[in-house]
Amino acid sequence: MATAVVDQADKRQSPLSDAVVVRFAGDSGDGMQLTGGQFTLSSALAGNDFATFPDFPAEIRAPQGTLFGVSAFQINFGSSAIDTAGDAPDVLVAMNPAALKTNVPQLKQGGLIIADEGEFNDRNLAKAKYDANPLDDGSLAKWQLLKLNISQLTMDAVKPFGLGNKEALRCKNMWTLGLALWMFDRDRQPLIDWLNAKFAKAPDLAAANVAALNAGHAYGETAELAGPLKQHHVDPAPVAPGLYRTLTGAEGIALGLVAGAQLAKLPMFFGGYPITPASAILHHLSRLKEYDVTTFQAEDEIAAICSAIGASYAGSLGVTSSSGPGIALKGEAMGLAIMTELPLVIVNSQRGGPSTGLPTKTEQSDLYQAVYGRNGDAPMPVVAARSPGDAFECAIEAVRIAVQYMTPVMLLTDGYIANAAEPWAVPDLTTYEAFPVEFLTEAPEGGFKPYGRDENLKRPWVKPGTPGLLHRIGGIEKELDTGHINYAPENHQAMTDIRKDKIDGIKVPDQVVELGAEGGKLAVVGWGSTFGPIHQAVRRKRAEGLDVSHVHIRHIWPLPANLGELLKSYDKVMVPEMNTGQLKTVLRDQYLVDAKPVNKVSGQPFTIAEIEAAIEEALK
Amino acid sequence: MNEMTTIARTTTLKDWETDQEVRWCPGCGDYAILKAVQRTMPEIGTAPENTVFISGIGCSSRFPYYMETYGFHTIHGRAPAFATGLKLANPNLDVWIVTGDGDGLSIGGNHTMHLIRRNLDCQIMLFNNEIYGLTKGQYSPTSRVGTTSPSTPYGSVDRPAQPAAFALGAGARFVARGFDVSKELPNVLKAAHAHKGAAFIEIFQNCIVYNKDVFEDFAAPKGAEDRQLWLKQGEPMIYAKGTKGIALDAEALHLKTVDVIDGDWQAAGVIIHDVTNRSVAHMLVEMRFGEFPMALGVLYDDPRPTFEADVVRQNKAAAEGKTADLQSLLKKGQTWTVTEGGPEL
Repeated sequence: MATAVVDQADKRQSPLSDAVVVRFAGDSGDGMQLTGGQFTLSSALAGNDFATFPDFPAEIRAPQGTLFGVSAFQINFGSSAIDTAGDAPDVLVAMNPAALKTNVPQLKQGGLIIADEGEFNDRNLAKAKYDANPLDDGSLAKWQLLKLNISQLTMDAVKPFGLGNKEALRCKNMWTLGLALWMFDRDRQPLIDWLNAKFAKAPDLAAANVAALNAGHAYGETAELAGPLKQHHVDPAPVAPGLYRTLTGAEGIALGLVAGAQLAKLPMFFGGYPITPASAILHHLSRLKEYDVTTFQAEDEIAAICSAIGASYAGSLGVTSSSGPGIALKGEAMGLAIMTELPLVIVNSQRGGPSTGLPTKTEQSDLYQAVYGRNGDAPMPVVAARSPGDAFECAIEAVRIAVQYMTPVMLLTDGYIANAAEPWAVPDLTTYEAFPVEFLTEAPEGGFKPYGRDENLKRPWVKPGTPGLLHRIGGIEKELDTGHINYAPENHQAMTDIRKDKIDGIKVPDQVVELGAEGGKLAVVGWGSTFGPIHQAVRRKRAEGLDVSHVHIRHIWPLPANLGELLKSYDKVMVPEMNTGQLKTVLRDQYLVDAKPVNKVSGQPFTIAEIEAAIEEALK
Repeated sequence: MNEMTTIARTTTLKDWETDQEVRWCPGCGDYAILKAVQRTMPEIGTAPENTVFISGIGCSSRFPYYMETYGFHTIHGRAPAFATGLKLANPNLDVWIVTGDGDGLSIGGNHTMHLIRRNLDCQIMLFNNEIYGLTKGQYSPTSRVGTTSPSTPYGSVDRPAQPAAFALGAGARFVARGFDVSKELPNVLKAAHAHKGAAFIEIFQNCIVYNKDVFEDFAAPKGAEDRQLWLKQGEPMIYAKGTKGIALDAEALHLKTVDVIDGDWQAAGVIIHDVTNRSVAHMLVEMRFGEFPMALGVLYDDPRPTFEADVVRQNKAAAEGKTADLQSLLKKGQTWTVTEGGPEL
């Protein structure tokens, strides 16, 4: 979903005629993520809009050929705005029986299966728990089947380069990619350039991979007339002119945090601990030292956030990042950051829960944890990203709130956004308003008050090392103004009220309607990565003439000031979420609106069709 | 090494006292430690504004409120993690961690270990009173076997941790011991401060309410010279007014006590304290009191490059020759331009 795609929303007739969904599926070791990534780039260069969905197992090297070891990459590309990675694939590339078995049920009826029959041997069939070879027994009759011995064809193509069997077979994914490039009328040269650069130190490997790519492409050309293989050209999408790149959510967060720190004129300190799917943010940031970024891989999740708070105390922008189980461990330290009123950004890349849950699958089930999940009355702002590009903007917003209000801020993203890629119009940083931090360096008139406040109820930020402003902070209740320890009943009441009022008073932009109108029969209210399917479903239903609008909330806490009135302007409010109804509860609580939940917790994103069905049901 | 600015200033004890009422129990050993620290700071010659005391939770962790410096009373067991972020963000600060046997070895044992192995430049004062004071007297990870407490009415059964041995095992480059009312404590603190890197100091502290006089066996003034071995760099390990000493049983590879006749410690085989001898340090921290005197003072001191200096150096090297142009970073990797005529590389 390109942020700059010209919205042709309601003009659209047949929603899928100009878009194609391809799913590459194979064994964990087959290089499907790489194949998908390169095909994505080729789609970008062809001018298509696209969205991707990498779907891979939690196991690092699952036993070969097993059902749980299947790794898949889905891409939806088209000549108009693409909002999701697509409901049902049009084309399934299955590199082995397990990949076929786990992915073919989702394939559109009449869709094309391209299967590597070289891998459909007795051993692999048994591992995939097939009694008979599905390529031969007619069980795939409702789809078009193209069986090729990709393994053998690849071996033949790379023979001149003298690779070992194992290395030769590793070129299979390039052969497959070559065929896919031919199918969609794509230029091979950028891929050839990329292979030559990637294997610059091993020219034989480069040449073999290029040969495999070319062979796959040539196979398409020569086989076209004989079978179900047809070449299909997808026109470029009408995209606004500008400079584009592909962006994953993890990249969006990392770049946004760096941009936010620069806009605040602060060095950044990132304390992290490895956890799926959040680690990618640590990896990206650890390579950006020249941007005044210090990264610290701590001994655990608690140390990660505590070190970030320590850095904020020293005058840096402290940032920590994790996923649900790690966020749970950080809870006590978040309370301390709230009590000591220090800026901090906590990124939560949500995954399926509870407990270890589904580490590599997506979910939105940490909203309660973000808004409410601490001991005591511990209010904290929460910002949620809807897409990789939006993650960049949300990271800047989280930094802004953190430093302008001296508060920890939770930034929510999820496994889907973290790994998915989309084309991104590179923003012009000079258009962003800076919000430079001013540290207190000398006592103001009337004396220094560590817990004195400005009009936003923000307390001053003083760096240790500053003469004349020595003071002590901590987690015990603070006295008004002085910050000394104070257990008095009226003081605790007053401080609790101030902490609440400060967060309630954070200025967030008014809620806009993404698609449709203010007021009407039905509002579909979403947050986070459900943006794509909701947007596309509302677009389609509006094209059919239904009175439905899409509202998508970025500021989960505090909520936009106009949201209550906006929601009350619709007859019905529906909240699709990848949880059992968490935003729904918050909206009901805040506005007494009869928000109806639509829930999915399968570890997979909503399909457009599911949201469409819910809209139809609501408007019956 | 990164550029270290040493901010020196002449101060007096008064400059290090806050206006806050000290709230430990009357007679608590913490008072003596507080005074020893406040007395030591002017001698060290650093500036209060450049000094940060960081603590966790427990009686000992109230310490920062009473020091006229910057101070951060954090959460239970995590002070080393806050200190790590603080010091990485500003390596010029003089950081002191105040912790206890429960805070630093039970709930926060993990962080203590990692801070020590990373060798962050700071002083870690672990007040060991062998009991949980603030929660009203439960046994702690350093309590002796058989300690009766509200949570162990029939006596504790688990074997205690040995703080100095723990620290050395974690890779500490400085390990020292002292006790609350000892006149030697300021000297131990000064040595710890002079050591660049993580300096671990176990300070035996008398909890007069829940574990009164548990260290009297070696800390009582009367007969102290027979039960305390104050280690001094380059000097023989003798005690009991020079009548006893520590020697090495080279065959069994352990230390032993020997009688020194007429002051001839050489003849008795008494060894000379070398603070850089890690093997002997391992034996000293394991030396069982009773059979041996209590080893006090600087047991081990052999600096290595500090964590924050290495991080700063690596960050600098990684940034060298690169410009921090974020706009060009956003454009990094494969990009394409969309014009009216369509996309191109």
